[in-house]
Amino acid sequence: MALKTGASFVKLNAFRRAARLLSTRTRPETAQNGGGKIAKFPGARAPYVSEMKFFNETSYEPIPIYRVMDNNGQIIDKNEEPNLDKATLINMYKTMVQLSHMDKILYESQRQGRISFYMTNYGEEGIHIGSASALSPKDLVFSQYREVGVFLYRGMTVTELVNQCYGNCEDPGKGRQMPVHYGSKHHNMVTISSPLGTQMPQAVGAAYAYKRVPNNDRCVICYFGDGAASEGDAHAAFNFAATLDCPVIMLCRNNGYAISTPTSEQYRGDGIASRGPALGLHTLRVDGTDTLAVHNAVKRARDFTVANNKPVLIEAMAYRVGHHSTSDDSSAYRSVEEIQKWTKDESPLQKFKLYLEHKGYWDAETEKAWSKEARDTVVRTMQEAEKKKKPNWKEMLEDVYYEMPPRLQKQMKQMEEHLKKYPEHYPLNQHESD
Amino acid sequence: MTSLSTKSIVFHKLIRNVNNYAKRMSSHFIYYPDKERPVDGETTKMNMMQAINNAMDITLKNDPTAVLFGEDVAFGGVFRCALGLQEKYGKDRVFNTPLCEQGIAGFGIGLATAGATAIAEIQFADYIFPAFDQIVNEAAKARYRSGGEYDSGALTVRAPCSAVGHGGLYHSQSPEAFFAHVPGLRVVVPRGPIAAKGLLLACIRERDPCVFLEPKILYRSAAEEVPVEDYTLPLGKAQTLRVGAAATLVGWGTQVHVLLEVADMARDKLGVTCDVIDLQSILPWDEETVCNSVKKTGRCLISHEAPLTSGFGAELAATVQEECFLHLEAPIARVTGWDAPFPHVFEPFYLPDKWRCYQALIQLINY
Repeated sequence: MALKTGASFVKLNAFRRAARLLSTRTRPETAQNGGGKIAKFPGARAPYVSEMKFFNETSYEPIPIYRVMDNNGQIIDKNEEPNLDKATLINMYKTMVQLSHMDKILYESQRQGRISFYMTNYGEEGIHIGSASALSPKDLVFSQYREVGVFLYRGMTVTELVNQCYGNCEDPGKGRQMPVHYGSKHHNMVTISSPLGTQMPQAVGAAYAYKRVPNNDRCVICYFGDGAASEGDAHAAFNFAATLDCPVIMLCRNNGYAISTPTSEQYRGDGIASRGPALGLHTLRVDGTDTLAVHNAVKRARDFTVANNKPVLIEAMAYRVGHHSTSDDSSAYRSVEEIQKWTKDESPLQKFKLYLEHKGYWDAETEKAWSKEARDTVVRTMQEAEKKKKPNWKEMLEDVYYEMPPRLQKQMKQMEEHLKKYPEHYPLNQHESD
Repeated sequence: MTSLSTKSIVFHKLIRNVNNYAKRMSSHFIYYPDKERPVDGETTKMNMMQAINNAMDITLKNDPTAVLFGEDVAFGGVFRCALGLQEKYGKDRVFNTPLCEQGIAGFGIGLATAGATAIAEIQFADYIFPAFDQIVNEAAKARYRSGGEYDSGALTVRAPCSAVGHGGLYHSQSPEAFFAHVPGLRVVVPRGPIAAKGLLLACIRERDPCVFLEPKILYRSAAEEVPVEDYTLPLGKAQTLRVGAAATLVGWGTQVHVLLEVADMARDKLGVTCDVIDLQSILPWDEETVCNSVKKTGRCLISHEAPLTSGFGAELAATVQEECFLHLEAPIARVTGWDAPFPHVFEPFYLPDKWRCYQALIQLINY
């Protein structure tokens, strides 16, 4: 039977071929994608071209840097001067000064062996205070580690920060983390962790949760550095924020270095800002040493994210004046002249102070008085923090789970027994006891 | 005009092809449905995929903050566990994410931090590794490092795991051992629909972050009469499915069913009975149940699909020998996958099947 049908099949084909040869009608026209002009692929809608051309990081102008003041603290365009009252401006500046004193003394204290580790914020005070002053206290903050000014502006005291550095019994983190890993539920500052960039997709998720709350008026801000922006988590965060419409501000502190790695070895594109439009984010690049510019940028971003439930990427350009941390000596990889230049000419404190002085809100006397007070606050706080004991050693095994599981209870008992036998070999007197 | 002999050859070839096909498609285990119910009340026949769907449906219904997300979740997910949920609860609650496991996990942690219940689906457990940093360094440690001010308890990460017959290296893995090493995490593996529903609901409500590994071969092949109402099963607790005297057989997920069959074989061929324990929770795990059983039987056989070296069986064996040393009549046996990546055509040789388990049991008994 198969042979029979095969034969008839063959015969039909031959007939068709003959018919086609005889006709003058050509194959029907295939429809052209987008009429041949603008192609509509599911992945992209773009014009067709017949000339090939590479696109690279120089095909587009670098994203310009928004600023409000020049290095003399003079407003360049009056329309851009933010409408901040005297009290706010003074508070902003005082916080920056407090921060720089805290940095100086805590850095020294590490050198003296009083705390184990510290990271300074020199050169980035403008980013901290400029951004913090534009946020609502209810906005959730995810940070990396060089945003202490944000914590201070939010209302965390030097005492609370120093307690964390000492890991004493009043540290809300219960002494479990290294210094500078601050957090405060009360101030809506998520506890810092060491892995870089991990906070970025988390900030996006938190923003999504906020978006779903009826009558939401909060946004989320996420700080990260130029180095952290190379992590996969950064790309994930940008992409998720854009595709899932999240009211989040992604603020990059581009300070030129990731420990010893300069940005020329961190990326080849136009900074971090260029990645924003590529992933569908509204993007701003701003002068991070200009406190007022940062303020304006974050304010604009905040209004936009909350109103539209869309993310904003801000790249704040700055310079990391200090070493990466107390474990770093940056003279090993950069010149003293370079550091001097940025310290002298581009200091955010200097710029802002000059601005305040122009406005008649500040002078040499108030500077001297506040400097002294800021310094004394830190010194006094350090002395008190040092006297406080570390938390009870049992805190080492608490909070691993919501409820301590049986195995951990057993381990707690084992350690208790051990300490009863060998107490003199453990620093029990430095810790609170039962 | 084919001759009778040719027809016979064709017929036998056909039979052989069908048989080979059946061998390829047949599982290495028989599913043993639960006869007992965890709660009274109305039940309905559900397979494990439906039971999981039901658990998520209940969650989305009763918890307005709950969201379910991951790759391809919107249309129901590649295993249909999310079937119908976007339609029912809306695009803002059940949605696709870009293809990025580290993003899925990080996003989920953020949701949990901000007070929402997050159910994150990883398409295959074999692809969970990009999310490992977020799960291990962030989710598991958030409560500890913040002094209890923040936590990721509202996060549950679900992923299909284990052998499926043809999955090969990257669609068959059982990664529970990696996560078992992380203080602060919970790791749970169900053996069937009733367990899956109760354990998943428990994980979602648990105040610790949970990794819920679903043996994918059970999605369709495991069906039971599952209670329709809302119920949870306790985490950190194992379940003893058979009681016996000769040996303790410990497993989880699909392997529980292999062990149940081995227990039957032992009863029928060797005339001995065994305790069969489904661990259910890998972390924290129920030491008390397992050790009490081994103290009674004196012999312990642990079985898992994951490779031998540093598989979770190693932790069980170490603890059992520590706690039950004087009660042991034989060394603890571990029957596991070989120390090789999970192979494709060699799956029948790779899996710790009932014959390898049975043989190990014989050796235990005759030690």
